[in-house]
Amino acid sequence: MDFTIKTMADYAAEGKSPEVLFWVGCAGSFDDRAKKITKAFCKILNKIGVDFAVLGQEESCTGDPAKRAGNEFVFQMMAMTNIEVLNAYEVKKIVTACPHCFNTLKNEYPSLGGNYEVIHHTQFLKQLMEDGRLKIEGGAFKGKKITFHDPCYLGRANGEYEAPRMLLEKLDAELVEMKRCKANGLCCGAGGAQMFKEPEKGDKDVNIERTEEALSFEPKIIATGCPFCNTMLTDGVKHFNKNTEVEVKDIVELLAEAEDL
Amino acid sequence: MQYLDNIIFLILLVAGFGLFGKSLLKIYRNIRLGKEINRSDRKAERWETMARVAMGQSRMVKRPVAGILHLFVYVGFVIINIELIEIIVDGIFGTHRFLATIFGHTFYNIFTATLEVLAILVIIGVVLFFIRRNFYGVKRLTMKELFGWPKNDANWILIIEFALMVFFFTMNSSDLILQQRGVLAEHGSFPISQMTLVPFFDIFNFDSGFLVFVERAAWWLHFVGILFFMNYLYYSKHLHIILAFPSTWYANLNLYGKFNNLDSVTAEIKLMMDPNADPYAAPAEGAVTEAPSKFGAEDVFDLNQVQLLNAYSCTECGRCTSVCPANITGKKLSPRLILMKTRDRLEEVGRNIDKNGKFEDDGKKLLNDYITKEELWACTTCNACTEACPVLLDPLSIIFEMRRFLVMEQSAAPQELNLMMTNVENNAAPWQYNQADRLNWAKD
Repeated sequence: MDFTIKTMADYAAEGKSPEVLFWVGCAGSFDDRAKKITKAFCKILNKIGVDFAVLGQEESCTGDPAKRAGNEFVFQMMAMTNIEVLNAYEVKKIVTACPHCFNTLKNEYPSLGGNYEVIHHTQFLKQLMEDGRLKIEGGAFKGKKITFHDPCYLGRANGEYEAPRMLLEKLDAELVEMKRCKANGLCCGAGGAQMFKEPEKGDKDVNIERTEEALSFEPKIIATGCPFCNTMLTDGVKHFNKNTEVEVKDIVELLAEAEDL
Repeated sequence: MQYLDNIIFLILLVAGFGLFGKSLLKIYRNIRLGKEINRSDRKAERWETMARVAMGQSRMVKRPVAGILHLFVYVGFVIINIELIEIIVDGIFGTHRFLATIFGHTFYNIFTATLEVLAILVIIGVVLFFIRRNFYGVKRLTMKELFGWPKNDANWILIIEFALMVFFFTMNSSDLILQQRGVLAEHGSFPISQMTLVPFFDIFNFDSGFLVFVERAAWWLHFVGILFFMNYLYYSKHLHIILAFPSTWYANLNLYGKFNNLDSVTAEIKLMMDPNADPYAAPAEGAVTEAPSKFGAEDVFDLNQVQLLNAYSCTECGRCTSVCPANITGKKLSPRLILMKTRDRLEEVGRNIDKNGKFEDDGKKLLNDYITKEELWACTTCNACTEACPVLLDPLSIIFEMRRFLVMEQSAAPQELNLMMTNVENNAAPWQYNQADRLNWAKD
């Protein structure tokens, strides 16, 4: 990174607080592929001068995979720890690039004492665009065929279908919708802690089914808004040996590319 | 003995409704075996949801073919039941077409003509449904999980509804001919009968005595058919015609992504994290010490009452299963089957209580004996099933509660998930990375 990422602790030391806390999430922090999404998002925020901070070493897993696997104890332990940290910094607004973190922070933390305005990065970028702070010229993507895969925990779980699409439209690309999209979207296969285990026996894996559908439109890019969907679909594209022709990219990566960041 | 008909009618009526009431009480008793759950908040929204989803069929029409056919049968069924009032009054007092005297000539004509149109739509609906279900190969309707009773049940429902409508038209047609012959007073307008069965009856030129017999026979069969069908509901997935209403009223109104947080766990964790808490302290004087509850669900008793109501409300349409990513890719999980098995187990428990006066342990549980771990672990919690359900049932919540039982009571998660959970607990990430390395990406 050619600029410094500041933490909440840095801000606190200066006696200031940022406009928004960027919740990076485990995938965004540790997974090599997802780290690129994290960086792309930071570059955009940095470019347009959004005052943001991360928790850095003070961030923990939100507890989502443990919860959905059925381990309420581990989930609440994580949640309470995180809430203590967030409340200590008097965090008001959180943005995250992971729909699972987004859902958990937004929906499951309030009853445990964590009340924040939580938004997904696509929603935040949409807001920035509407406020005139973010301007995107889509030249690089003109006429390219892009299909968007709705993450379950952004779409069905929280009813957000428009923000990612609005951003994609700004790219001047040719947006094609899969038959199973929006409320009828098909899962990538990673949710509910499936990411961390082998799938049950079946005819095929869910990500293969989903990638097959996406590839049937012969897109140049499969766009996602979730690091786990990204991994699952990237694996799917590799499975069909299409990884030289089709890219799987997070929307924020596309925006960063359009801006040549 | 001139009142014999009326007496027989009354006996049948009381017996029919009495038996049905008894069945409903049994269902109510079984549902109450579940844990209480407070769903009496947001009342206005609940009424609105019920009106829109159950009465307005808003989710049925998402699949237009099935949606419109279902609308025919539903509207026909609801309105034709107004006629039941007439049947009951006529039956008890020996009158004929009693509503005509109240409605007046014109309005009664409109009323009977409307019923005829609706009845023919019901016939069209059930015939097409029968063909669709048995010969057309809609995958969700021909899956193996429906073999046996569920499949037969579905067909019986269609056959009974068809028969009821045929009795209805037979009754009207013979009535109309008798009216034209001046045997019966002229009441009502019967356009569909006029076009279909009346010309057919005319070919045989039946004498009036026989037609009176036919009219009476059809009237009785129609009435007995309704009573039979009503009591059949208890044994059938067709219960949804009643329970869809409470199920939508008690539906989960939260965002799909918002899973409940267990309060009992919250109390434990708070105690654990509170540096001032004394874990060995005796409970305060007068404090309510709750019996330690079970985490999650292993049997129907551990599910909540709305989940049990859901199991009785499921009409096995399979829209959930047809969109389930696990099921689509050939895994054993089927959300529809989760509800069907929950109902099967609940009925078994009900029969056990009928026999023994209270539940005697039968050595069986919903978990393992009905629903297997393999099914439970295949769920991606994507909520496609809940989105697809036309009556807002929530099979995912049952899967989730059973996972909780497996993990928190039995430590029986798949090995990889145990590893993930250990990582979350110890490293604050699902992978075995060091928390201190969380910001390394910023230095690359």
